[in-house]
This record gives sequence, structure tokens and C-alpha cells, in this order.
Amino acid sequence: MSQKTGSVKVNKTQPYVGKNRVTFAELKRQSFLVITAAIFFIYGLIFYYIPLGGWVMAFQNYKPKTGLLHSKWVGLAKFKFLFEDDRFIRVFRNTLAMGVINLIATFVMAILFAILLNEVRNTLVKKGIQTISYLPHFLSWIIVTGILHDALSTNGIVNEVIRAFGGNPIVFFGDTKYFWPIVAFANVWKETGWNAIIYLAAITAIDPCLYEAASIDGAGRFSKILHITLPSIRPTIIILLLINVGNVLNAGFEVQYLLGNDLIKSVSDTIDIYVLNWGISQSDFSLGTAAGMFKSLVSIILILIANSIAKRAGQERLF
Amino acid sequence: MSKKSKLKHLKGWDLAFYICNGIFMAVFVIITLYPVVNTIAVSFNDGIDAVKGGIHIWPRVFTTKNYATVLGKQNIKTAAVITVARTVIGSVLSLVTNALLAYIISRKKFMFKASFSLFWVITMYVNGGLVPVLLLYKSLHLTNSFWVYVIPGMVSAFNMLVIRTFMQGIPDSLEESASLDGAGHFTIFLKIISPLCLPVYATITLFVAVYQWNSWFDAMLYNRMKDQYTTLQYELMKLLSSVMQQGGNAVNVNNAADNRVTPVTVRSAATVITMLPIVCLYPFLQRYFVTGLTIGGVKE
Repeated sequence: MSQKTGSVKVNKTQPYVGKNRVTFAELKRQSFLVITAAIFFIYGLIFYYIPLGGWVMAFQNYKPKTGLLHSKWVGLAKFKFLFEDDRFIRVFRNTLAMGVINLIATFVMAILFAILLNEVRNTLVKKGIQTISYLPHFLSWIIVTGILHDALSTNGIVNEVIRAFGGNPIVFFGDTKYFWPIVAFANVWKETGWNAIIYLAAITAIDPCLYEAASIDGAGRFSKILHITLPSIRPTIIILLLINVGNVLNAGFEVQYLLGNDLIKSVSDTIDIYVLNWGISQSDFSLGTAAGMFKSLVSIILILIANSIAKRAGQERLF
Repeated sequence: MSKKSKLKHLKGWDLAFYICNGIFMAVFVIITLYPVVNTIAVSFNDGIDAVKGGIHIWPRVFTTKNYATVLGKQNIKTAAVITVARTVIGSVLSLVTNALLAYIISRKKFMFKASFSLFWVITMYVNGGLVPVLLLYKSLHLTNSFWVYVIPGMVSAFNMLVIRTFMQGIPDSLEESASLDGAGHFTIFLKIISPLCLPVYATITLFVAVYQWNSWFDAMLYNRMKDQYTTLQYELMKLLSSVMQQGGNAVNVNNAADNRVTPVTVRSAATVITMLPIVCLYPFLQRYFVTGLTIGGVKE
């Protein structure tokens, strides 16, 4: 308001005085907003911020009897235990590996599917395929893992196909080398159609003139995809990649918990399962908290790194 | 005829591209649909017969006993009631609270706008983790109760930001003229803004409803001891683990052999019942989640 003393601008930009000054009149006008916001603030404190305060447990030998205030402080002992525990190193590796594999697999498939679906000429067929592609997203992981378990069992459809081609049936859940690809496939199967929605929307927004011009220059489907479609949806790809990088460590619980077994534990256990075993089943609350806290901190670091890379590359970023 | 003439215009590589694309789409559709169709087929098949395997898209020995067995179980009936209740109550509560919060945060003149937005955005990126959350719910007496399903996840920053983004697209002049007429913020929210936000409200309701319908972990973690608060997905999970442990083909001792049902066929029937409502509804709600995702996906 102050930078220009011209006349018309004042009304338009800031009708109320001061941006953040809390005056009595303003308070009265906004009383409904302020009171409701206060209720939401309390709700947020309780359900989102108090658990963060619970992180102090990671530095204690927390016992429910003595509570947060009187439990013994042990410094970084719990973290020391974690980093010296072979099992924790292994679950961290599993979580990170599966998170990265899933991220890449679901990303590539969603983009590929969106681009190829866009090339389907018949609108009715296109709509039909798209509707079918959403279906798995609406099924719970329980259902998806059940289906997967059936399909991969010794007399399931996959082994039937293998037998039909003269191969030997594979015990998929008895060998460690199959588990990561199975989890990646499960994620791809469930989310490809759903994840493609955003890309399809971005593709629809591309100016048709670009394609026409390319046709005149004699470009085929391949070069149009390569030189028009992909560059046009690049910002969307990058922003989604950013959002998902922070979730890499979060992507490892349901499938692994439901499909893992004793034979393949060494590759199927994830941080969340570790937390569940120690923190809940064994009631070592402090160790469970420490492992969860470590996961959260690594996630935040990943987000910050991704964000600064995007910033340096001059791309859109999260914050 | 028109198709043929169209294909004639295509040059060699483009034609190859379209054929490959058609094959890709066909494989995609088959891989997506087959497991679902197969589950339906098995659910209508005789249990003992299903042990032999080889059922694909049609039952070999038709029966409805699997469904009779599932629907006759008391825990499934309880779970169905609880699941419907948490879906309805959870969706309504989430919609009302997220919409109200989005309204507050999207008011340009709201005095704590910036700091209050940040307060919620932070919750998207950091969380306390399983153990502190469990201890908190215990101390709030939310464990062993129905309310643990609907109260804790009620306000979610992501859903709220989707609604907020939509509200920001509504011209300020509407609010200003209403407030000149003496309308307070609650009236403006209810009578002016909300009617314009119905598409995004539908989106959020859909997201929350699907989440509620498909949740099982909270039932296992917080209400393990309380059979009266079990949910369909949790019951399904128990069936799934019994299939995995018994190798799936053992005849359940509780269901006498003359009943001819096995854990595999019973689980298939339970799966079909659980997915039926969502699978029947989602094709008609497509435009809502498509708009919702396009607003929410490229937020901030």
C-alpha cells in the first residue's frame, strides 16, 4: 500500500488496515474464525504435536509406571542399540530398497500408461480402459495381497502359465529373491491407473497446435511423444517425484506385513514392522520410538534434499 | 470402413505403434481384471472342488454355500455394521471439519492465516510414530473404542489443502457483498461458499470414505481385544492369515465336511462382499476424484 501513492490501487489491494495487526474491531469481526481456529489448534496440538513430544521417550528408558517425567534418562543408548543391531540395519536397507524400487516402478508405469492411453483413438475404448484401470486402487491391501497370494501360489495362475510353457513351478514366497519384485508389482498393479490421472490431465492441457505443427514437419508418433508430450508434462513429473521422495520410507508396511513369512523375513521386514515388534509386541516403547523417530528424521532430510535439488535446477518445488 | 481408411493413412512405424499399443492395453486390462474375476469365480465354487485348482473366470461346481457361511458368521455381521458406521460417521465428520478449517485458512483477512497454515502443513511431513501415538490414544481412552476410527484422522492437512485450493478460486467479491449485507462468517461459509464447493466436497468425502472402508490396521492395533468393534477388512485379514498358515486347502474343522467350504472359498466370498460396494460405486464417481486429484496433486 505504501509503495505507490497513486490513487486507485489502495481500494483494490488491502481494504483493511494493517496486514497482521490485531485490533479489537478486527477481533470482533473475526471472532467466529478465531474461536473455531482455536478449537482446531487444540485438536492439532493433541493429535499431531503431542506425539512429537513423545519423542523424548527415545532418550529414556520409558516405563509406563514411571511415566515421561520420572523414567530414567539414557541419552543416546537406544540409538546406539539400533545402529549396532544387525536386524535394524537390515530392515532399514529393506525399507529404503523397496521404497526406491516401488517409487521408480510406479512412476515409470504411470507415465507410460498415461502416454499410451492418450494415444488410443477411440474415445469409448479409452474411457473404458481408464475406468478399469482405477479399479485396483479402490481395493484394500488386504484384498490385493490375498489376490496376489492366490495368483502366486503353487497352483495359481502364474505357475499355471509357467507350466504351460514347460517351466518348473516357482515357490514365490519361499525364496528371498522374489519378494522385492513382487512388492513392486503389487504397487504397480494397484496404483498405475490412479497415478496416471494427473499425467492424463496434464497431457490434455497440452496445446494441440504443437502436435499439428509437428505433423506438418513430418514427425511420427514416437517423436511427438518424445519431443512434445514428455517435455510438456515434465513439471508435473518433477513435483510428484518431490512429493513422493519424502514418502519413500513410508511405503513399507502393509504388503510386507501381510505377505512376509519366516522364510523371507530377512528381505521383507521393514522399519515399521520392526517398530511394531519392539515397540508394541515387546513393549520396549523407547526403542520403538527411537526407530520411528529415526525414520521420520530421514524422511525430512530426503524431502529437504529433493527440494533443494529442485530449487537449484530451477524447477517447481514444494516450499 | 472409416477405421480401414484411417489405418491406410498410417505409415509403417505408426502402424506398428498402434498395434503394439493395442496389445499393451489388452494385456493391461486382462492383468487388471483377471484376479478380480477369478476371485468372484472361486467364491461361487464348491470348496472341496476348488482344491483341485484350475478355476479361471467361471465356477466349475456352482454353489452359494460360501456366501451362506460368510453371512452366517456373527463376527462378519458385527464387522459390516461397524464398517458402515465408521465410513458414514468418519466421512461426515471429516468433511465438516476439513471444510471449516479450509474456509478459515482461505480467508485472506484472517489474522493468523500464515502461521496457522504452517501449523497444519508441518503435520503433513512429520509425525510422532506408532508408539507415541498408541500411548496417546491409550491415555485419551480412545483405544478399545469405536471413536479411534473417526476422531484421530478426522482433520487431515492434505484433504484440507485440496478444499482450500478450490475455495481460493472463488471470487472475494461474493464474500464481501455478503458481509456488507450483514452476514457473519458462519453464514458465509454455509450459504455462500459451501454450495459452490460441492464438487470438491464430494471428492474429499469419496477419499475419506474409501480410506475408512479399507482400513484394517487401526482395528488390529487399537481394538484387538474388542470383538464388537471389528471391521470387515480386519476380519478379511484374519481369514487371509488362516489361509496362509493352513496352506489354504485344508477343510476348516469348524465347518463340517458336508458343508464343503474351505478357507480359500470362504475368503473369496468375504472378499467379494467387501469390495462389492466400492466396485459398484466408483465408476459413477469418476469425475469427482479426477477433479480432486488434479487440484490436490499440483498443490502449493
